[in-house]
Amino acid sequence: MEIFEFEFMRNAISAGLLASVICGIMGTLVVVNRIVFLSGGIAHAAYGGIGLAFYFKWPVMISTLGFSLVASLLMAGVTLKAKHRADTIIGVIWALGMALGIILIDLTPGYNVDLMSYLFGSILTVPKSDLLIMLVIGILITILVSIFYKDLLAVSYDEEFAQIRGVRVKQLYFILIGMLGLTIVMVIQVVGLIMVIALLTIPPFIVEKYAKSLAQMMIGSSFLGAVFTLSGLWLSYMFDLTSGASIILVAGCVFLIILSVDQIRAYSLNKRRLVIVDNNKQK
Amino acid sequence: MNKSIVELKNVDFSYNGQPVLEQVNLTIRKDDFMAVIGPNGGGKTTLLKLILGLMSPDGGTIDVMGGLPRKASSAIGYVPQNVHINNNFPITAMDVVLMGKLRVGNRWKKNAGKDRDEAIKILGRLDMEPHAYKKIGELSGGQRQRVFIARALMTQPQLLLLDEPTASIDTKGQAEFFRLLKQLNKKVAILVVSHDLFVVSNYVKSVACVNKGLHYHPHEEITGDMLETMYSCSVEDICRVQVLAHGLPKKTLKGSGEKTNGNF
Repeated sequence: MEIFEFEFMRNAISAGLLASVICGIMGTLVVVNRIVFLSGGIAHAAYGGIGLAFYFKWPVMISTLGFSLVASLLMAGVTLKAKHRADTIIGVIWALGMALGIILIDLTPGYNVDLMSYLFGSILTVPKSDLLIMLVIGILITILVSIFYKDLLAVSYDEEFAQIRGVRVKQLYFILIGMLGLTIVMVIQVVGLIMVIALLTIPPFIVEKYAKSLAQMMIGSSFLGAVFTLSGLWLSYMFDLTSGASIILVAGCVFLIILSVDQIRAYSLNKRRLVIVDNNKQK
Repeated sequence: MNKSIVELKNVDFSYNGQPVLEQVNLTIRKDDFMAVIGPNGGGKTTLLKLILGLMSPDGGTIDVMGGLPRKASSAIGYVPQNVHINNNFPITAMDVVLMGKLRVGNRWKKNAGKDRDEAIKILGRLDMEPHAYKKIGELSGGQRQRVFIARALMTQPQLLLLDEPTASIDTKGQAEFFRLLKQLNKKVAILVVSHDLFVVSNYVKSVACVNKGLHYHPHEEITGDMLETMYSCSVEDICRVQVLAHGLPKKTLKGSGEKTNGNF
């Protein structure tokens, strides 16, 4: 396959696979803990980090990681302190981070980098150095999740019970949101911050129905995410399309197909049941 | 002989400046089977959370197994309200039960096999063994409640706390459920929060009415007499308990009123 002959393509495939695994693990936790909105907040606030990087000429990946880590821990703190106002405050940080990023890029003299590549992803231009950072963070997240697996499971399923059993719920929440902050910056590289939520939520949502444990859901989502990114990449290569959007479109189509198949199945099951009831009545 | 497990003395608790519980005294003994009834917002759940050590009282003392509630939380098995839990969660009944054995600070200890055997034994006692490896969402409300009880029993508690356990179970299932609790009560003290005194009264040994204050009724008071006075009289002079007046939903009053007429 000529697709593998290009180094940028090989890098793109590695980045896609790494992102799929990381998203599979963290996306599962996002979906079962219902923190999709918070993830969106982190993703958009991360743009502030990108702005900072350009204005001060810092390395983009590292400063974005740092900025989004601070923003996510701030959101986690606010969420714990004022639960009923959390969504509002997340919304504010969401918008502020974004605005800060845009203003800083405005103020940066000279040729302005392609903003679109951060909004919609730049998987085809991922350099080797970023791949390395992704690998390190991927391993870090895998280790942390394995260490805290039982605690994360207990807190996600029944927070109160976990607390009674002595789990340090707050500490664990900060760890979870911190890991989420790191994850999101990496997925921004692949599909861009606009579409990061989709890659984080669609695979776990599809797998949730079939999985019997969180671990199964994580593995299944990673696999499904890999299928989405690889087929999206292939489509974008074959038809010269934007890679990030192609990946999401593949994921979205599969999501819709599975949803409608489920609906049709439920409908026909009900219909059959009704027929049986009718027959019984006639007897 | 009849040792007290939980002892509340003059407990006050307020939330956002609003008093929720005032001067509450309560003793739970080793073989108690107590119902806690009262209106919504009357402080029932707060009372449970105080006993569990999830919240601390503003005044008074709470003593669980001779120490602070937080330290003794493994002596209490907690069964939360079913409705708060996500039923799509990817978890089997077995894994929910094993959660009861969650050991903090001992994460690498390998006891999986032993824990699993114990879980199967407890599930068997609750007639839930065939469902052990089903996903929690595939079970009925009553079966799910049994899984939560099994989880609570995994810690070998001295006291089971149940927060409106029958909210999602039909009437027939409820009677069955309380029979099960009565059987468990041979080995463990039980405190059950309930809306429906009429259902509970056939099974429990005592009733605590909670509406800011707490009024305790030992067994004798909740038999025939009390029920009759409670349901047939005007609402205001119902026992000494202000609680019942506001506490029992109209539907229950009416429904059980009819039943009382039929039975007595």
